[in-house]
Amino acid sequence: MPKENGGNKRTGLLEKVQEDAKALKEFFREKGKEELEGLKEPEKTQLFRSIFRVKHDETPRNRALSVLTNLFFHLHPAKINRDAVRYSYTWGMGGITFYLFVVLTFTGVLLMFYYHPTKIQAFRDILYLENDVPFGKLLRNMHRWAAHLMIIAVWLHMFRVFLTGSYKRPREFNWCVGVILMVLTLLLSFTGYLLPDDQLGFWAVTVGTNMARATPLLGHEGPFGAQLGMTPYNDVRFALLGGSIVDANALLRAYIWHCIAIPLIAAIFMGVHFWRVRKDGGISGPSPVMLESEIKEEKGPRPVILRPSGMR
Amino acid sequence: MWGDWHQVWEIVSQPDNVPIVALLFLVPFYVWYACRQAFATDRLIAQLETDPQLAKTHHRKVFPWKAGWDREVHVWPYLMRIEFLAAIIVTIILMVWSITLNAPLEEPANPNLTMNPAKAPWYFLGLQEMLVYFDPWIAGVVMPTLIIIGLMVIPYVDANPLGNGYYTYRQRRFAIWTFLFGFLFLWVIMIVIGTFIRGPGWMWFWPTQTWDHNRLEFAVNRNLDQIVGIDGSWLAHLLPQTLKASSPIIARAIFGIFPLVLYVILAAYLIHLICNLTAFSRKIYKRMTLLQIVTVQVLLVLMLSLPVKILLRLLFRIKYIWVTPWFSI
Ligand code: HEM
Repeated sequence: MPKENGGNKRTGLLEKVQEDAKALKEFFREKGKEELEGLKEPEKTQLFRSIFRVKHDETPRNRALSVLTNLFFHLHPAKINRDAVRYSYTWGMGGITFYLFVVLTFTGVLLMFYYHPTKIQAFRDILYLENDVPFGKLLRNMHRWAAHLMIIAVWLHMFRVFLTGSYKRPREFNWCVGVILMVLTLLLSFTGYLLPDDQLGFWAVTVGTNMARATPLLGHEGPFGAQLGMTPYNDVRFALLGGSIVDANALLRAYIWHCIAIPLIAAIFMGVHFWRVRKDGGISGPSPVMLESEIKEEKGPRPVILRPSGMR
Repeated sequence: MWGDWHQVWEIVSQPDNVPIVALLFLVPFYVWYACRQAFATDRLIAQLETDPQLAKTHHRKVFPWKAGWDREVHVWPYLMRIEFLAAIIVTIILMVWSITLNAPLEEPANPNLTMNPAKAPWYFLGLQEMLVYFDPWIAGVVMPTLIIIGLMVIPYVDANPLGNGYYTYRQRRFAIWTFLFGFLFLWVIMIVIGTFIRGPGWMWFWPTQTWDHNRLEFAVNRNLDQIVGIDGSWLAHLLPQTLKASSPIIARAIFGIFPLVLYVILAAYLIHLICNLTAFSRKIYKRMTLLQIVTVQVLLVLMLSLPVKILLRLLFRIKYIWVTPWFSI
C-alpha cells in the first residue's frame, strides 16, 4: 500500500503538474487568441488610447477630435473648405517648404555630430563624412539638395499666394511674415554655403560679402562711408565676417548663424505664420468669385494704415 | 569657338546647377498651371457678368457642385492623407537625387587662388548679374532692400478687392503683369543668365561658345556726360577762383541730375498711363489713397530703372548717368 500510495502520490503529483500545465496552456492559448484578436483592432488598445486619447472610428465627432486632440495635427482646423484640399489650389508648396525645413533640421543635426567649425578641421570633416562615415555622403547630399529644393518651394509658394490674391485683406500681415521667412530661408542657405570651407563656398561668400563693403554709410567703399570714418576694419562687412577677410572667425560666425540663430528665428516666424493662417480664417480659397459690379463704393477717405484688419 | 556642346553639358550637369535646370521646367509649368485655372475662372466670371440671374444662384466656383453636398470636409483623412503623400513623394525625390548626384566639394579654400568666374550661390545670381549694370551699393544693398520692402507693401497698396482667393487674370491684370515682370524677368531670367551665360571675368558667353580665359573686353562704356561732352569749361567761368580747378567734377554732378529727373518724370508718367489704361483700372486707381499712389510710383520707378539701365548699356554703352565724387548711378 505504502508503495502503492507512494506510487499514487508520485503519479498524483506528476498528473497534477501535467494537468496544471495543460490548464495553463489552455489559459494562455485562450488569452493569446483573445489578445491577438484584439490586435487586429490596435485602436482599441490601452496603449493606442493613451497616446491618441480618442476612439478611432469613422464618426464625424471622432474624426474631428483626432485632429483637435493632437499637438501636431491641431495646427489644422477640424474641417476645411471642400475645394481647398485640391492640389491645384495651393500646389502644396507651403507644406512642402515646411517639410523640407524639418528634413533639413534632422539631417543638419546629424551633420553637426561630425563637423567642427574650425579652419583646421572643417574641410577634413567633410572629406571624412564623404568617405568614412556610414551613409555620410547620402546625409550631406540630402542636406544640400533639400536646401536647394526649399528655396524653389518658397518661391513657388509665394508665387501661388500672389496669383490667388491671398495676400489681400485679412492676410496682409501674414504675407509680410512670409517675406521675412523667405529672406531667412535664403540666409540659411547662404550661411551654410561657407561651412565646407572649400573654394566654392569661400569665393561665393567672398563675392557676397564684398557687396557689404559698398553699403551706403556703413561700408568703407559705400557712398559716404569713408566720410563717416568707415575702414575695412570697422564697417558692416567686418561685423559680418568677424574680420577683414573670410577666415576662421567668418567660419565660426557662419556656423552659429546657420546652426543656431537663423533656424531658431525661422522656427519662431513659422509658428507665427501657421497661427496666422488659422486666425485669418484658414486658407483663402478657392472662394466664390466676386464680380466687378459687387465692389462696394468707398465712402470718404480710406485710412490704409489705421483700418482695423481681420474684418471684411 | 562655337558649337561647344561639351561645355554646355558641363555647365548644365554641374550638381549645383541642377536646381536652376529644375527651375527652368518648374516655373513655366506652374505659370501654365495657374494660367489654365485663371482662364477657367475668367470664363465663369464673363458668364456670370452677362447673366445676372445666374449670378444669384450659381455657387461661383469652377469646381463641380451639387445641392446637398457638404461645403466642408474633414481634415482627417481628406487633407492629411494628401500631406502624408506629399511628404513621401518629396522624400523619394530627395533620396533619388541624393543617391545619384553628389554635393560639390572643391579644393580647400584658398584666398590666393581666385576662382574665375567666382559666382555667388545660384539664388543670388540675379543680384550678381545686376552688378554689371549698377555699382555694388545699388545692386548688393539698395536693390535687395527695395525688393524686400516692395514685396511687403504689396498687400497695403493693392486697392483692388477682386481676385481674393481664386486664380484670375481679367480682374487683376496690372498686378499680375507687374509681378510676373519682376519675378520672371528681373529675377529668374537674371539667374539663368548668371548661371548659363556668364563665363570668366563675368563676360557674356553664348551657350556653346567656349569660355576663353584670356578674352579681354575693352572698356568701351562711357558715362553720359562724356558722350554729351560735359567738361566743366563752361561752368569754370561762373565759379570763384578757389573752385575753378574742380569745375569738371561739379559740372558733371550737376549735369547728371537732369537726365535722372527726366527719367523719373517719364517713368512715373508711363506708370500713371498704365494704371489708367482701362475703365476698370481707372476705377481701382480712384480707390487708392495718395500714400498708396506715391508708394507704388516710387517703387515701380525704381524697379523700372533696372531694365532701363540694361537697355542703355546694351544700346548706347552707357556706364553711368550721374557721376558724383561720392557715388555714381
Ligand atoms: C519658410 C517659408 C514658408 C513656409 C514654411 C510657409 C508655410 C505655409 C503653409 C504651410 C501655408 C498653408 C497653405 C499652403 O500650403 O499654401 C502657408 C500659407 C500662406 N503663406 Fe506661407 N510659408 C512660407 C513662406 C511664405 C512666403 C515667402 C510668403 C509670401 C511672401 C508666404 C505667404 C503666405 C500666405 C499669405 C499664406 C496664406 C495663404 C492662403 O490663405 O491661401 N509664406 N504658408
